[in-house]
Amino acid sequence: MLQWLPENISTFGQGVDNIFHIIYYITLVVFILVMGTLIIFLIKYRHQAGQKATYIEGSTTLEIVWTAATTVIVFGLAMLSYPQWNQIKSPNEFPANPDVLVQVSGKQFNWDMTYPGPDNELGTDDDLELENELHVPVNAVVHIRLTAEDVIHSFFVPQLRLKQDALPNRFINVWFEATKTGRYEIPCAELCGFGHSGMLGYLNVHSQADYDAWVKERWPQ
Amino acid sequence: MHDNEHASHHHEESFISKYIFSLDHKTIGKQFLIYGLIMFFVGGGLALLFRWQLAYPERPVPIIGASEKYMEEGEVTTGADKMWERIYETDEEEWLEVNMPNGVIEPAFYNMLFTMHATIMVFFVVVPILVGAFGNFLIPLMIGTRDMAFPILNMLSFWLAVLAAIIMAIGFFVPGGHAAAGWTGYAPLSADPQWTGVDWGQNLWAISLLIQGFSSLVGSINYITTIINMRAPGMTLFRMPLVIWSLFIVAILLLLAFPVLSSALALLIFDRLAGTTFFTATAEGGGDPLLWQHLFWFFGHPEVYVLILPGMGIASELIPVFSRKPIFGYRSMVYAMIAIAFLGWIVWGHHMFQSGMQPTLGSAFMMTTMLIAVPSAIKTFNWLGTMYKGSIQFTSPMLHSIAFVSMFVIGGLSGIYMANAPVDGFIHDTYYIVAHIHYVVFGGSLFAIFGGIIFWFPKMYGRHMNDVLNKIHFWLTFVAFNCTFFPMHILGVGGHMRRISNPMQYEFLQGFQGMNIFITMSAFTLGAAQLILVFNFFWSMSRGKVAEKNPWHVNTLEWEAPTPVPHGNFVGPVPTVYRGPYEYSVPGEESDWIPQVQPEHAPATGGD
Ligand code: HEM
Ligand SMILES: [Cu+2]
Ligand SMILES: [Cu+2]
Repeated sequence: MLQWLPENISTFGQGVDNIFHIIYYITLVVFILVMGTLIIFLIKYRHQAGQKATYIEGSTTLEIVWTAATTVIVFGLAMLSYPQWNQIKSPNEFPANPDVLVQVSGKQFNWDMTYPGPDNELGTDDDLELENELHVPVNAVVHIRLTAEDVIHSFFVPQLRLKQDALPNRFINVWFEATKTGRYEIPCAELCGFGHSGMLGYLNVHSQADYDAWVKERWPQ
Repeated sequence: MHDNEHASHHHEESFISKYIFSLDHKTIGKQFLIYGLIMFFVGGGLALLFRWQLAYPERPVPIIGASEKYMEEGEVTTGADKMWERIYETDEEEWLEVNMPNGVIEPAFYNMLFTMHATIMVFFVVVPILVGAFGNFLIPLMIGTRDMAFPILNMLSFWLAVLAAIIMAIGFFVPGGHAAAGWTGYAPLSADPQWTGVDWGQNLWAISLLIQGFSSLVGSINYITTIINMRAPGMTLFRMPLVIWSLFIVAILLLLAFPVLSSALALLIFDRLAGTTFFTATAEGGGDPLLWQHLFWFFGHPEVYVLILPGMGIASELIPVFSRKPIFGYRSMVYAMIAIAFLGWIVWGHHMFQSGMQPTLGSAFMMTTMLIAVPSAIKTFNWLGTMYKGSIQFTSPMLHSIAFVSMFVIGGLSGIYMANAPVDGFIHDTYYIVAHIHYVVFGGSLFAIFGGIIFWFPKMYGRHMNDVLNKIHFWLTFVAFNCTFFPMHILGVGGHMRRISNPMQYEFLQGFQGMNIFITMSAFTLGAAQLILVFNFFWSMSRGKVAEKNPWHVNTLEWEAPTPVPHGNFVGPVPTVYRGPYEYSVPGEESDWIPQVQPEHAPATGGD
């Protein structure tokens, strides 16, 4: 199962994968124990001529044991994922001072990327708009101002382990730091109409030098 | 006595009042069952259509889709180029040509197919069968009374459901097509025709669900009143069979949850028809798309427990009967259901982890969601405990119950992944969710339904279903079900989004084509297997082996009534209850079952 996960290329992605693995092994063990017990019972206690079932109404001790055991496990799992969750989604825990800031806006059926340009401010003359192409440097903190123009879309980069819905008239801050160069797909993950399937952008993670060259090409001064 | 008078009236009933506008809870229950089975085929058919598209994107669907043009030229052009065009000028064209140009399912039609598949399965199959059919048939019989508290309301509940189904069906044929915003109907997509091109389809969807909501509301008032007021003498709450407990709790959930959906639907209709903006955000102000999600899931999460609790109840009846043992931990089973019913109200946010809701709020929902796994685990362990040292008979209803338990385990465990907000960030809106849904609702609820139908069929129709066909149906369904839905976990882990009509548009999903074909072939097998069940069901009604009064040797009261059950249910006075429902293999007794009507100190005779 685990080998099907797409390659991870974000700093926080490893943490997500770790939790995934922990849950995977816990649930696998529980599954094997429960199914094993079930199968053993089915074989051992199948109806046989002359044999009667044993009258057992229950056991308070057992009820307490398994209630406590499952509570501890799920409680532990929740505690384990809080730091991870906050690291990914809580704006006040984001690394400050991003190297790159981009506004990404979903609209039927494209991703519009708006770069603030040299003044680092959106809504000015030197802004650059690109359709479906996002360019970022590797090993750099990227902040995205995520929004939508019409309906809800969802910004999903499987390799970043990142998904965030984009809502009209709402600006949601998202961050990531990619650790590997390459070209990755940005599918839309929330049903947004008949063009939802195939609504696709690209995340281009460049080496710092390539990124600098790209910036230079766009804003020549 | 009033009761006997009631019973003797039934000779004079006309065909219409006996079979169509019947006030008898048993007839209404059977009506709901047949209604659900018919809708099961509609919903299943839609799923098979879109499964074809997923396995063979952009290829014409066989039989219906083999258009003349394709047959002649062998060439297909996709409908994608004509999409916008289609939305603004639809009229003249023929239905099939619009939705499946050249026999290929075009994307807007695809969206409509999965939307209607889920809508029908949730609102028109599983709830009507579990709550409408089993609730109506079983409650009066199992608590020992002659009918529901409000028979006329009961009849109304069924005919409202029929009206809702008719309105839902009309939606398929209006210009612009049926609702295509998912069964969850997220706004603003659902709130304004300009985003989908769907006009009256979405309106009818909302109106139909409003009516279906009234139907459930009326039904649940009836169930609650009946269970509280009309139990047979001696039938204390803690002597009630667990399936009655589950239906009681479900009725309360429905009573409280459906009005929330109804209000949301009403607001949606206002948005669409009266120009309000409850669910749309504009720069000038207005409402909020997240409001829809909160309202929908505040209803939706209790609703998913409505889908499973009666299934748990049915399994809790069948497992003791066929293990010839009392249910393990009766009280803890009841308390677990009550706990689920309470916790079910405070977990809805787990559907919205990635919605833009405050992350801190997400943390709180993560904890409550984790906790709701606990009562589910308790129930599973108790079912295992029931089989421990039992004398297990592998009858068809028991096979379905065992399948129910094992599939529910998988569905519950996959829930743990999604309850983890950071992990959910990856698998949300992927096929992982689809796998989870189907393991709990098909693997859970439907297996329980199949088991329940086979188990109570003798009481409903006075005959047995054919056992060979039942076994074939069971094994085919069990294998095909797992082949269909287990691989979806893998698709989800690979990042395969749900609700996309052509996965081959994505580079990172190229490797999954083969798996999608495998899933589709399994799905067709699964669909075909259900034909066996339906054939068996209708054939056995008139041709099955005649059943005796209590063929499975069960303790509960429905088996005290004669077969077929007369109007008024019990001959003579209603039974008096002396003991709990699961007295199987009591030490020192000769018979391995003691009916609930057996007085405490009389020698056990095993009923009749
Ligand atoms: C062990 C208990 C369970 C847990 C922890 C759990 C958890 C979850 C979570 C977190 C989601 C949202 C996932 C997402 O969209 O990202 C979800 C979705 C869902 N669950 Fe469960 N679940 C459990 C049991 C059930 C049961 C018993 C049912 C119904 C019979 C059910 C039916 C559903 C459905 C229908 C959805 C998907 C709704 C949709 O988006 O279309 N779940 N579950
Ligand atoms: Cu989309
Ligand atoms: Cu839920």
